[in-house]
Amino acid sequence: MLRSLIRYILFILIQVYLLESIPPLHRFIVPYFYFLYILWLPFNMPRISMMMVSFLFGLTLDYFVHTPGLHAAACTLIGYLRGFLVSVLIPQEGADQNYRSPSFTSMGVAPYATYVIILTLVHNGYLIFLEWLQFGSFWYFLGKVLATSGISLLLILIIELLFARKERFRTNTA
Amino acid sequence: MRNIFLFIRRYFNFLFFVFLQITALLILFRYNEFHEAVFYEAAHEITGRLGGNYNNITYYFRLKQTNADLAKENEALRNRLAENFEGPDTSQRVYTDTLQIDTTTAVQKYVWRSARVVNNTVSMQNNSLTIERGENQGVRKDMGVVGPAGVVGRVVSTSGNYAVVMSMLNRQFHISSKLKKTGEAFTVHWDGVDPNYVIMNNVPKIIPVAIGDTVVTSHYSSVFPAGIPIGTVAEVIDNKSSNFVSLRLKTATNFYNLEYVAVVENTMREEQKALEDATKINN
Repeated sequence: MLRSLIRYILFILIQVYLLESIPPLHRFIVPYFYFLYILWLPFNMPRISMMMVSFLFGLTLDYFVHTPGLHAAACTLIGYLRGFLVSVLIPQEGADQNYRSPSFTSMGVAPYATYVIILTLVHNGYLIFLEWLQFGSFWYFLGKVLATSGISLLLILIIELLFARKERFRTNTA
Repeated sequence: MRNIFLFIRRYFNFLFFVFLQITALLILFRYNEFHEAVFYEAAHEITGRLGGNYNNITYYFRLKQTNADLAKENEALRNRLAENFEGPDTSQRVYTDTLQIDTTTAVQKYVWRSARVVNNTVSMQNNSLTIERGENQGVRKDMGVVGPAGVVGRVVSTSGNYAVVMSMLNRQFHISSKLKKTGEAFTVHWDGVDPNYVIMNNVPKIIPVAIGDTVVTSHYSSVFPAGIPIGTVAEVIDNKSSNFVSLRLKTATNFYNLEYVAVVENTMREEQKALEDATKINN
């Protein structure tokens, strides 16, 4: 709980004061990584509170960058879809009981990578789709989704390698 | 009735998801009406304070640049002092830029207040900045914001001690501007491509435009005083099928290193607006 709270604040602050203040390399490239917080939420969280936390998390970022609702909508979507993806991708029955949260160790390398890639594409796709409704062409939309997702995945990979989370195997007795 | 409850219970997750989505999208697309609903003002205070603390640190890294900008602005202002000008003959007189109501008094039309920038984005499609000066210090919605080099944006919402400014790098920002050399007025907006460039559309081809010409705010703007730099022409985009060209302007303001801006208040805006609105109703 406390760890989640610290992570919440840390992710928002890094996204706002580090990544948003980098001069843009290109209009297609926006470095987003903050939604990794939602991907890291524990397995045993009820879906309702998962969505609620995702919504609030997105809204918090919105308040900082003055786009109320934009990130909240995208975060709610991945918060909702997360549960389905986990149950499809989990390698063996009960892995979600034995580990705390999704990671390379708890889900296996390939399923976890699929999980991250799909949710990244969904998040960025939806976010940029909402932006595209207001302006832009189809090629702009497609290019931006691909470029932004590429950068997001690179950032997530770096974070996963640098800050390896220690996932202990939990038995039923514990 | 029982079936409805069963339905709701069965699909509660999905319904809750739809509810949250609709809430988020309503906040997004009905931006202005929902400010109160989502505690926007309280959030300004918190994000503004955090931004101020962060800015206290980053400020030191840009002191040199800020100083240079302010010195340059001072120099430009000194050059505009009335004492610098001398009429070569007695029939020529220099007027200061104030509005005359009657012959005995000059009325100050524009009031300037300086403010520190505590939060600033350039990477989004709708960029904004937060300044550390709000309602308590006289900042109101729809006032203009000017940096050391030129136009920055317009105030869109305020709280007690902070105000959020829609920067010129925003899809919804339009500003009435004119070519300094010839005086024709057009609208300038941002096309979302490069934070260093804005676009001026529908300029007739008969108007002579050269690369490097200055574009300034026009007299028609009720937010900004006339003659504040917006940018310089960097490229003339010729449209072969029409009689108009588009101009790509290099912005006068460097949005990457804004530290201090000035909020400009048009004290006669209310009066002008009331008159214009009343006329609109009558017709």
